[in-house]
Amino acid sequence: MTSSSLARRSAHSRRRERFDLAMRGVLLLAVLLAVVPLASILLVVVASGIGAMSWEFLTSTQPLSFREVGGGFLHGLVGTTMMLGIAILIAVPLGIAAAVFLTEYPEHRLTRPVRFFTDVMTGVPSIFVGLFVYAALVREAGLGFGTLPGGVALSILMLPIVVRSAEEILRLVPADLRSASTAMGARRWQTTLFVVIPAAASGLVTGVMLAVARGAGETAPLILTAFGTPYLVTALTGEPQTALPLLIFEGARLPFPAAQARAWAGALELMVLVLVLTLLARWIGGRNRYGR
Amino acid sequence: MTLQAGERTETELTIQIRPIHQGTSRQDAPIPASVPATDAVFELRDMSVHYAGFRAVRDLSLTVRRNRITALIGPSGCGKSTVLRSLNRMNDLVPGARVEGTVLYDGEDIYAPEVDAVEVRRRIGMVFQKPNPFPKSIYDNVAFGPRLNGFRGDLDGVVEASLRRAALWDDVKDKLRQNALALSGGQQQRLCIARAIAVEPDVILMDEPASALDPIATLRIEELMRELKENYTIVIVTHNMQQAARASDETAFLSMGDDRAGYLVEMAPTEQLFTRPANQLTEDYITGRFG
Repeated sequence: MTSSSLARRSAHSRRRERFDLAMRGVLLLAVLLAVVPLASILLVVVASGIGAMSWEFLTSTQPLSFREVGGGFLHGLVGTTMMLGIAILIAVPLGIAAAVFLTEYPEHRLTRPVRFFTDVMTGVPSIFVGLFVYAALVREAGLGFGTLPGGVALSILMLPIVVRSAEEILRLVPADLRSASTAMGARRWQTTLFVVIPAAASGLVTGVMLAVARGAGETAPLILTAFGTPYLVTALTGEPQTALPLLIFEGARLPFPAAQARAWAGALELMVLVLVLTLLARWIGGRNRYGR
Repeated sequence: MTLQAGERTETELTIQIRPIHQGTSRQDAPIPASVPATDAVFELRDMSVHYAGFRAVRDLSLTVRRNRITALIGPSGCGKSTVLRSLNRMNDLVPGARVEGTVLYDGEDIYAPEVDAVEVRRRIGMVFQKPNPFPKSIYDNVAFGPRLNGFRGDLDGVVEASLRRAALWDDVKDKLRQNALALSGGQQQRLCIARAIAVEPDVILMDEPASALDPIATLRIEELMRELKENYTIVIVTHNMQQAARASDETAFLSMGDDRAGYLVEMAPTEQLFTRPANQLTEDYITGRFG
């Protein structure tokens, strides 16, 4: 910058620099505005939840009286885990199979309808899903409220997310690899199973994790399917089940400080759970893409 | 390993252009028994390839002979790759692609309805323009084909033999479990060749196998081709005329007609085609006056 010919700046270039500076300021402001709500949610949940959070909270169920201080949401954690497990068992194989169908058999005449209905499913309000499972499984099939109907409701919500993310990931697998496999004399299912899916594996896991994180936070579809319970339940059917979001909802609506404190702690627990799942998804997705 | 440029002395100077019409129409063309050249691996008779209404190659007839390297040359868009891909039915993957005429492989029409395209591809391997190893270990890349075919036996031996034949063994013997994508471009391409020969194919099709490689890696691939022709029949597409002249035994020159469809101008032993072309178009092309 000491060379005089290089240091000399025209009025035009000074104007461009000022414009650049101003635009950077505007963008920075936009980023800050976007981060403020997120950061404040994080702060409020941590600040309000940390008080009631304890080892006891993580390992015990709530007292029978909502007024009573102490106890915890172990039953909610167990319910959430069980229902998520069921939802994963249903939504992941089905979702990945649908995504494979969409990407590997694009010439099939059912491709367009399947993609259309997946899109529609993404937009279905979650309470409708709850109502549907209530009508079909809780009432019609006579299962009653419980873990299984709750898990099924969550799986229906997760399914389109799994399909969409898996489809994107499978699409990223280079066509070269498919040609190479075909030229080796592989049949299409062999190419899919031995080349395409292994190449996309880490991305598929990421997509699944994000869907699970979404399912973990769902409340509405569980109201009419799991129903909620103050007890620790491990049965698949026959007894109502509960989940962290349901307990948070319930506790937060009550006028008792003890119940509200538990709800805050539950919110913190759920947030950490989702955060861990998301970070895990990032970590798995970050390594090992197309080798390495 | 030195370049064996003088190896081509035994090339017979017979012109391979087949008359377009042989007196028989292609429907009642005699199938196996009466293939004229006994060492013919491929016999193309009046082959045309259409892509969704557009004709890419028209009425092409040529013979590919066993244990030779046959080069397809010609300007961009003249259908060289299309011809190559119709030899192992890779065009089947392109929606709307249709092959007319006859493609005989060992006297058998590979487009006959009862023929299984997968079986065709198992016998006719392919190496692509861009090296495309699977994102797996070097070992798993080579073992892919044998495993597909349900190979039971000494897989390690097959992998080693294939890598040796592809002149890659010494480079990779200590890192067989390493990801293939960590190899250099030239090594990746030789890995793809090793992968193709691991299934013991009869023919290897190469679609501009060296165009993404530097000159040294290119020479190694050409050297390798000459070694491989002992056991295999090789068909190579190239737009590098020097490469065709250096590496092939026979050369087919394709051009593009006014209808934008590729057609065969002439086919001859490489030396003859490059020194005494029969057709003015060929001469113009090889001397750089066109294309």
